[in-house]
Amino acid sequence: MTTGEVKLIGAWASPFVMRPRIALNLKSVPYEFLQETFGSKSELLLKSNPAHKKIPVLLHADKPVCESNIIVEYIDETWSSSGPSVLPSHPYDRAMARFWAAYIDEKWFVSLRSFPKAQGEEETKAALAQLEEANAILEKAFIDCSKGKPFFNGDNIGYLDIALGCFLGWLRVTELTGGHKLLDEAKTPSLSKWAERFCNDPAVKPVMPETAKLAEFAKKIFAKPHA
Amino acid sequence: MASGEVKLIGSWASVFVMRARIALHLKFISYEFLQETYGSKSELLLKSNPVHKKMPVLIHSDKPVCESNIIVQYIDDVWNSSGPSILPSHPYDRAIARFWAAYIDDKWFISLRSILTAQGEEETKAFIAQVEERTELLEKAFIDCSKGKLFFNGDHIGYLDIALGSFLGWLRVVELDANHKFLDETKTPSLTKWAERFCNDPAVKPIMPEITKLAEFARKLFPKPQG
Repeated sequence: MTTGEVKLIGAWASPFVMRPRIALNLKSVPYEFLQETFGSKSELLLKSNPAHKKIPVLLHADKPVCESNIIVEYIDETWSSSGPSVLPSHPYDRAMARFWAAYIDEKWFVSLRSFPKAQGEEETKAALAQLEEANAILEKAFIDCSKGKPFFNGDNIGYLDIALGCFLGWLRVTELTGGHKLLDEAKTPSLSKWAERFCNDPAVKPVMPETAKLAEFAKKIFAKPHA
Repeated sequence: MASGEVKLIGSWASVFVMRARIALHLKFISYEFLQETYGSKSELLLKSNPVHKKMPVLIHSDKPVCESNIIVQYIDDVWNSSGPSILPSHPYDRAIARFWAAYIDDKWFISLRSILTAQGEEETKAFIAQVEERTELLEKAFIDCSKGKLFFNGDHIGYLDIALGSFLGWLRVVELDANHKFLDETKTPSLTKWAERFCNDPAVKPIMPEITKLAEFARKLFPKPQG
């Protein structure tokens, strides 16, 4: 089940691609990283994910697995005897981790992404308020899930840490370009400390993009049209 | 882990609630069905799912689990020695089942629902074409997943059968409203036969709502503009 070549189609800047990379690192699984060129989609990507044509795609013994959180679960189940467990062991904790991961993608990330798109003071204020509300919810979720330990998943990083932590680079870029602190030690003390621990984890550090490089890339993809 | 009172907050007409109910039936779990009144949300619902304020919510020994597909996985995890396995046993098949379940909710259902809220003939036609295209993908997915057997999950209904099958009542309502058949013996022969088998499954039959009752409810939810 664990035999077979592992390849990952992705891009260095994508938070969704970072998720399986962290999971593969946690399980010490070697893989070939096939980087997509920004602005075009490779034949392999289109063939491997015809339904969505999106990265990441994990190829294990040439069989494609798509959707970042689904790939992370697949990695955890396939390499179950390698490294720590990525999903929590108790069914209730697993349900909670999946719930919050879905919330992060459907609500929190949508709030984060709308922040740089906001036009003018009113819209910016509203976007910021929405994100702060979502952060407050996640701050509480962290306290509930971590039960006093360093990560959402307890002693080691896991599914939910990965689901949120992959966005920390982009969060930092949004803070710099918008001039607003979005993860605040005063408002979200637990999350702020968790963020630092997450970024320093050996499975994360090698794949977390440098903020300056990401900011430059952001300028390119969110280039404002000339008046 | 399997002990403790089970309650389900839901409603007879909800696709998402049906998923949880089918899973509970497959595992022979007795539960108290707490029906919400259309147009209002109970205190218990608001307290149990403060983030989304939506049903279904499974309450197991007073601990809430939210989000239909997450609830189904939780039921399968907790009552794993009861009844057949809901998720496939092989990690790759599990990843594929999760992928298509996500596709059904994120793409297929969104198009289907858009038909009911479409303004004018042009828009309706466009959404019908989109549903046709997406249903064709699901026909192929069925052939790939079932591997010649009766259900997406093989010999017994499982996670992906439940994810799609729970929509069959509403699909019929939309077909009647749009005067267009999506599940068709010529276009989607495998899915059409599967749909009949699914609806006749003993875990499904008692809770699949009657089409006329559902159509009447749909008229209330999606009233057609006058004149």
